[in-house]
Amino acid sequence: MYRYDELDRTFVAERVAQFRDQVRRRLSGDLTEDEFRPLRLMNGLYLQLHAYMLRVAIPYGTLSSRQLHMLAQIARRYDRGFGHFTTRQNIQFNWIKLQEAPDILADLAAVEMHALQTSGNCIRNVTADHWAGAAPDEIEDPRIWAEIIRQWSTLHPEFSFLPRKFKIAVAGAPTDRAAVKVHDIGLRMHRNEAGEAGFEVIVGGGLGRTPMIGKTIRDFLPKRHLLSYLEAILRVYNALGRRDNLFKSRIKILVHEIGAAEIARRVEEEWAEIRGGALELPIETIAGIAAQFAAPAFAPQPQSVLEIDALRFGEPGFARWLKANVAAHRERGYAIVTLSLKPEGAPPGDASAAQMDAVADLADAMSFGEIRVSHEQNLILPHVPRTALPALWRALAALNLATPNAGTITDIICCPGLDYCSLANARSIPVSQRLTRRFADLARVHDIGDLKIKMSGCINACGHHHVGHIGLLGVDKNGEEFYQITLGGSAESDASLGTILGPAVSSEAVVDAVETLVETYLAERRQGERFLDTYRRVGAAPFKERLYAAA
Amino acid sequence: MSTSIPKLQILTANRLADGAVVYFTAAGTWTTEIGRSVVAREEKAASALLARGQRDAGAAIVVAPYLIAAVEGGAGPRAASLREQIRAAGPSQPVADAVATAVGLAYP
Repeated sequence: MYRYDELDRTFVAERVAQFRDQVRRRLSGDLTEDEFRPLRLMNGLYLQLHAYMLRVAIPYGTLSSRQLHMLAQIARRYDRGFGHFTTRQNIQFNWIKLQEAPDILADLAAVEMHALQTSGNCIRNVTADHWAGAAPDEIEDPRIWAEIIRQWSTLHPEFSFLPRKFKIAVAGAPTDRAAVKVHDIGLRMHRNEAGEAGFEVIVGGGLGRTPMIGKTIRDFLPKRHLLSYLEAILRVYNALGRRDNLFKSRIKILVHEIGAAEIARRVEEEWAEIRGGALELPIETIAGIAAQFAAPAFAPQPQSVLEIDALRFGEPGFARWLKANVAAHRERGYAIVTLSLKPEGAPPGDASAAQMDAVADLADAMSFGEIRVSHEQNLILPHVPRTALPALWRALAALNLATPNAGTITDIICCPGLDYCSLANARSIPVSQRLTRRFADLARVHDIGDLKIKMSGCINACGHHHVGHIGLLGVDKNGEEFYQITLGGSAESDASLGTILGPAVSSEAVVDAVETLVETYLAERRQGERFLDTYRRVGAAPFKERLYAAA
Repeated sequence: MSTSIPKLQILTANRLADGAVVYFTAAGTWTTEIGRSVVAREEKAASALLARGQRDAGAAIVVAPYLIAAVEGGAGPRAASLREQIRAAGPSQPVADAVATAVGLAYP
């Protein structure tokens, strides 16, 4: 894992001290809210529906056990005993006291964490494939490049006041597990014909009010040029991005308005001026960062574990968990384990302090002290010896973290919605709670298979509804909560935006509506088809007919 | 001739130091209990209420004061909109319920 150097440590400590003074001046009345708001936002402190909310960055989704223990301690000491993991590899604490915020930031700094660039019109926390360093299909660990981008973008003076926020995601494998096509910039590593690793550069993706799938403006960027090329993109955006209209200020609108080819031309033109300059990293610098993400000391492990075979036949719960939540690891005898934060009836992405502490202990015992946070709002133990799987499963079951539903209909991405968010128009958590209760039968869940529901409580789409196989968007109709349904979205390698199926349905009707859509799929599907495959083959008509027939 | 129903409004904000959702009372203080809010029954009273909120914001007591629509009930005024009802009462799922059932379970 990356460890702070003296530079990182000093500047994070300086920011904590600076913010402590700013809070002191705010509390004494020396600073007005108008003066203070941008300062607190630069430190991840929002004023939300109920209180101040602190959004803490988990760079590229990687946590050490020590860091996770600290998040648990913060939840317990300063908040109400839990935190919410978001779709951008952050954690949010919902009831933070302004007067305690500097102490929290100091606690975070003690474990090399912070809340910088989790708000504002800057380059936000860089996200990465949560299976980094573990996935069998990985070309290179994407965290090396995410960390390089973090260092380049942190406090970058030229990009501190962009037209709007800017999100970058990095995938180190041909399979996209980081939703790179719905970010302002998505980087997908692949090999060229000569066998060299480099990046496909995708620009202008995003969800929100105007959803767009990103456009590839360069098929292959040699790795060493990454920063100069990113700088060129940011310069073009910074110069041309619209500042006159908040709703048109993201780079996706610019790409849409002038076209991907023109963006590419301008970026290449800008790049020609700066490539090969100071931003071309020396090989030793890259190697130094890469060394910090070196694989843990994997030991030879048996591939076949008798206890697993016995449990698989004796315990259907274990068999399902093995199928849904345990994935192949690049190292023989190891596995990647998803800890579901979507148990029946629970708010998606929430974890209690006790769960966080216990997961940190499990990581120490069974995963080289490492934990990952996925944009799908689950936790992951990335390096588990297969011999430890039975014990891990039992321990997770006792923590309500072993629901075997990763990648299934109940693995719902869900924003906090109107229960927490000032921007929301409708609640999303209660709907997802009702959905996980309706689909509580795990045999049925596994029969339905790969089906992604994503739900947002407003048009800003934090819950990624546009790219859900089934997307749900909460809307307010004369004070009543309604849910608009989209079908056919995907955030993966086959990225697509969902299409609105028909009129929004009421809160009472929405769970039945989802069930009707699922029944339609089950009736229409051919052997081996996912929900998305069936939808793409048959189109919206059968779903529409079944859902709206009664109306 | 139709009689218009008076539009009832109350003043809310967040307490500066800890962020708590607060409401303005007839005693000129801020409370976390919405039922103790003072109700403005016409626009002039509402404007005066908001001006007072802005003054307390300027005095670093509260932050982001604004008026919300209210309805009167047995236990005093309540928020009219769902958003403000949630803001007054907290998230609609008990916070310590589903997530924290694991609290107290020791990792073996």
